Amino acid sequence: MKFKPLEILTHIILILGVLLMVLPIWFSFATSTHDNVSIMTEGMKFFLGESFTYNYNEVLNEKGGWSEEVTAARMFVNSFIMALGIATLKVVISAMSAYALVYFRFKLAVPIFWLIFITLLVPLEVRIFPSYKIVSDLGLTNTYTGLILPLVASATATFFFRQFYKTIPDELLESAKLDGANSWRFFIDFLLPLSKTMLAAMFIFMFVYGYSQYLWPLIMTTDEKYWTVVMGMKIIFTENYEGVALPRTGERFAYIILSMLPPVLVVVILQRWFIKGLIQTEK
Amino acid sequence: MSFLELQNITKIYPNGTKAVNETSLNIENGEFIVFVGPSGCGKSTLLRMIAGLEDITNGEISLDGNIINKIDPSERDVAMVFQNYALYPHMSVFNNMAYGLKNRGISKEEINNKVNDVAKLLEIDQLLTRKPSMLSGGQRQRVAMGRAIVRNPKIFLFDEPLSNLDAKLRNQMRLEIKRLQRQMGVTSIFVTHDQTEAMTLGDRIVVINNGVVEQVGTPKEIYSKPNTKFVAEFIGSPQMNLFNCKIENGIAHIADRKINLNNSTNIDDASLGIRPDDILISDNGQHTCVANLVEYLGSDMIIYSKIGDQEFSCKLSSKINLNAGDTFKFDISTTLVHLFDNTTGLRV
Repeated sequence: MKFKPLEILTHIILILGVLLMVLPIWFSFATSTHDNVSIMTEGMKFFLGESFTYNYNEVLNEKGGWSEEVTAARMFVNSFIMALGIATLKVVISAMSAYALVYFRFKLAVPIFWLIFITLLVPLEVRIFPSYKIVSDLGLTNTYTGLILPLVASATATFFFRQFYKTIPDELLESAKLDGANSWRFFIDFLLPLSKTMLAAMFIFMFVYGYSQYLWPLIMTTDEKYWTVVMGMKIIFTENYEGVALPRTGERFAYIILSMLPPVLVVVILQRWFIKGLIQTEK
Repeated sequence: MSFLELQNITKIYPNGTKAVNETSLNIENGEFIVFVGPSGCGKSTLLRMIAGLEDITNGEISLDGNIINKIDPSERDVAMVFQNYALYPHMSVFNNMAYGLKNRGISKEEINNKVNDVAKLLEIDQLLTRKPSMLSGGQRQRVAMGRAIVRNPKIFLFDEPLSNLDAKLRNQMRLEIKRLQRQMGVTSIFVTHDQTEAMTLGDRIVVINNGVVEQVGTPKEIYSKPNTKFVAEFIGSPQMNLFNCKIENGIAHIADRKINLNNSTNIDDASLGIRPDDILISDNGQHTCVANLVEYLGSDMIIYSKIGDQEFSCKLSSKINLNAGDTFKFDISTTLVHLFDNTTGLRV
């Protein structure tokens, strides 16, 4: 089969795009497998080196921070708990609030919805001081609750769930009612299974959102035990090495590569479910 | 006291539309009732009020001796088959049928037995593991029926369940619904705008127009003795011919024609109705007309003609040789004529 010139051109553009996305990650990974001396003298690496085990072991288990007690592994756990908490609660709360907005015909449903929608204009960064004040007054600084709680409401997810619920035909609700399903059962037995594609998609987005939070944990935590991965990226392996010591570039690259794994895993695992839901047309 | 009693039921929607007006109706146990009427006449609203899916603005509904106005739909023990079936898309056929039973706290074993029995009855026992999206229209229809039957409710409600099927399947399902209803003897209410369905299915037919019951009766009563002009026009295909006329001393004046009704009525503004197949064509008929258009339907044909400027049609066997433009002679028998007063719309 012969390619037309335009097709060749578009493929070149696409391949360039892929390279542009993949190469930096590959460089980071390759570099993370070399020792610091060769990185210092030779720069970024394209081929794999021999210090893979050493670097990654160092990263995960070396105690760092000012107190020299916190390890990167600990930060991964923290970030994971925070992202999981935020994603789960965001999805649950938005699904439930959208359910209330769509199916319970109370008077102010529409104004309330728009009020929720308007909060999109007020992200955490804008309200960070009031949020901090409230959380610290509640005595929640340096806790997982404090890390998670201010981020659990989501106007975006509420909006998407609302739009989805609106497409579900009324007869389904009526039929379920005649079959003896109460409001709670309708939500559990019908809306959740019907929106599982949506739930998976929202969970992915919200997990990545929670995982990449930087400013909030930075302000919220003074105790190194609660540091998250993204905070650590700025801090870890930079201290303690004044004067003659080499910058620990290899370890830092290893840390960056590791920090990318949890969101990638969540996407890869849930994507299957997500695509399966898209293929089975269930309506 | 009847099994299901509707007393002065009125439904006014929040926007002020009056969908149902002061309707009263008694339905006996085991009866098959059909609500028929043009779209938007309030027949579905009435059905949904019985199901509990719409609030009742005024009036009382009692089922089996209990007033059910305020009772939740799930507690009423009614089952409904919807126009678009409303099957649960994420559940298998088995679970679709079992869901209502599960909510009633029936044991797994009993659910299994019941679902399997009903599935056999409806010949869908091969489909129990499938999802609704993998079923054909007719199969979905059966599952929807099965879901209603398996619960063994006090009343079946059918909301135009056949309108999404093609003509052949519709006839087949119609017969099947009738057979099942006879077999199980469950009181049923069937809503339709299709008069054929109404005539064939119903023990009694309720003709509804503009939220008001026009007539209640057996199919035969409704057809042979329509109470109002609306019923006369609505039931019967082709439509009944209605001539505007003035009746003086029992003689109807239609344009320049006179038809002797052999009585002594006097109505200034009347409608004289005669069904197309009640017009008797014969070579020595009293009246002569020109056939403007002839529709050939196989065994029958329909002739369109005019008296004065009023169109009418007659239906006759296609064995008679008659073409457009020919003249034909016919008689109107006074025993087959329906008379309505145009001011009230009622039968005289």
